Amino acid sequence: MNRLGVVVLTLVVLATLGASWLAPNPPDRRFDALLYAPPTPIHLYDESGLRAPFVRPLRVVNRLERQFREADDASTPLRWLSSQRLVTADPDGGVPLLLLGADGFGRDTFSRLLYASQITLALALVSMLGATLVGAVLGAVAGYAGGRLDDAVVKVSEFVLVLPAIYVVLALRAALPLVVPPATTFVALASIFTLFGWPVMARGVRAIVRSEREQDYVQAARAMGAGPVRIVVTHLLPAAAGHIASQATLLMPAFILAEATMSYVGLGFPDGTPTWGTLLQDAANVALLGDAPWTLAPAAAIFLVVLGVNLVLRDVGRVPVQ
Amino acid sequence: MGGFLLRRVAFAVLLVAVASSAALVLTRLAPGDVTADLGPGARPAEVSRIQSRFDLDRPIGQQWALWAGRALRLDLGDSYLYNQPVRGLVARAALNTSVLALAALVTATVAGVLLGVATGRPGTSRWREVLRAASLLCVSVPPLVTSLLLVLAAARTGWFPVGGMSSIAAPTMSWGSWLLDLGWHLCLPTVALALPIAATFERLQSQALTEVGGQPYLVAAAARGVSEDAVLWRHAWPASLRPICAVFGVAVGALLSGSFVVEHITAWPGLGRLMFEALKARDIYLVAGCAATGSLFLAVGTLVGDILLAYVDPRVTEARA
Repeated sequence: MNRLGVVVLTLVVLATLGASWLAPNPPDRRFDALLYAPPTPIHLYDESGLRAPFVRPLRVVNRLERQFREADDASTPLRWLSSQRLVTADPDGGVPLLLLGADGFGRDTFSRLLYASQITLALALVSMLGATLVGAVLGAVAGYAGGRLDDAVVKVSEFVLVLPAIYVVLALRAALPLVVPPATTFVALASIFTLFGWPVMARGVRAIVRSEREQDYVQAARAMGAGPVRIVVTHLLPAAAGHIASQATLLMPAFILAEATMSYVGLGFPDGTPTWGTLLQDAANVALLGDAPWTLAPAAAIFLVVLGVNLVLRDVGRVPVQ
Repeated sequence: MGGFLLRRVAFAVLLVAVASSAALVLTRLAPGDVTADLGPGARPAEVSRIQSRFDLDRPIGQQWALWAGRALRLDLGDSYLYNQPVRGLVARAALNTSVLALAALVTATVAGVLLGVATGRPGTSRWREVLRAASLLCVSVPPLVTSLLLVLAAARTGWFPVGGMSSIAAPTMSWGSWLLDLGWHLCLPTVALALPIAATFERLQSQALTEVGGQPYLVAAAARGVSEDAVLWRHAWPASLRPICAVFGVAVGALLSGSFVVEHITAWPGLGRLMFEALKARDIYLVAGCAATGSLFLAVGTLVGDILLAYVDPRVTEARA
């Protein structure tokens, strides 16, 4: 296990779990005067010297060109551990702490990013569990039973593996109504991801089960009267545990990316729901992107997760593959 | 070899047939059809006219049979969105996508193999660790992230166009400057698409070369007095090509998947964008046509990968034959 990779992934998970405490502002709160405001600078010095961290209110210089200026004459100290948040400024007084700037509705990008990771990671986790379960069961059954069932599973999984995933997902998603509520989207995307995620798992598990089936310990178990279910579950699947774990880890970034892509193009979650994909939509406006690069924050989050997984798996001895 | 090829071609034909038929059926089964575009106030006569133009008034089996019969004669039907035959639309988009995909594939292969040989060859070098770290970083940036970053860079510096395939003045250009213009527009999407694939190739090539490293025939060649470079390129390298050829088919799939996102972000008028528009509008024959073309790409890609694999490692054909 690579230490850096584990640290990165742990940080992402902690940030996700503690989103409501870490986020300085509610994710849906709009600061109408601060559309596309830049990240709020945190100051430690003023004319009188060193003092507790504080921020200065942002004043609009030119609303059309989205230019802001910090007020020199006022300051708001950061409030720590108040109103069930780690740190915040004075959102009610119009001086919010915007660590990663604001989006086109004046909402806090950093807070939205934290809340978004809850949905994105939950979807990836559920899809990963689904794909792992389906893949492991089908692979184990095919590998153990052999014969026609085996052939069928191998053929189908090979076929699904060849298909370019994103088009399959697109086509399946497009078969649903274009606008559906977030909960339905979650279930739909999770099922679709499961549907195209299982073959990788099934193929590896099948190969391992097939070669382990002839081992002495399995023969012994069979001779002692163990049924097929017991043999597969208690003897063969544990042999494939390492493969299952590394494949499952690889599926996570793939699903995160799939969600981001789908939501980015407008076939995933509806705009109001914060996910990494819907947040990235803000970056779609090239004219704004140059002036507001912080809208790319979700892309950085995706990069961190993929990098973390690749770092962790590199030391397990797998070539990272997209 | 003949039987092996025949089987792979049969698989390719099956892939195209199944993919395009599935796309047709899925689009038909999806709620709503192209007439939704007319709005709620559309006259019933107009709706039924369009429905009959796209065979939407027939049962699904019959529609499929009609479409399949025409598709066999290379008539892919009409597009509602563009009010044109699908064949021309798809051909143009496919050409654009293949320009992008080929550029990315060549870039990825050349860069990946050369860097992989550099990091995998015997001996130690300071650059090796740097290259390894860089390749791990590159493999971790999916095209979605890379193309957004590159577009950001292009928007800030103005060194590259942020999107599209040609400048506005393109139709009036001479051949030479038109090609230059195309290449200029091609840079960004190619890099975004090629980066993770190049990094994957680099890792595979490096590992394969290290594994081949200790083989007795290399020692024998070196003992005969063959120079170090000749041992590397003439003896070690060909034997290490197998893993790359084995993932070539997968790489083509990754290119197609990646090109969808890249086309979307950099406004490249390719197959991915066309299919996306068609899916959203439920433009049924355009969806099927795009699926057919996309799967044809894929089939050709895997076929080429298989042939390459059989060429560098003849055992493959014997095992499968």
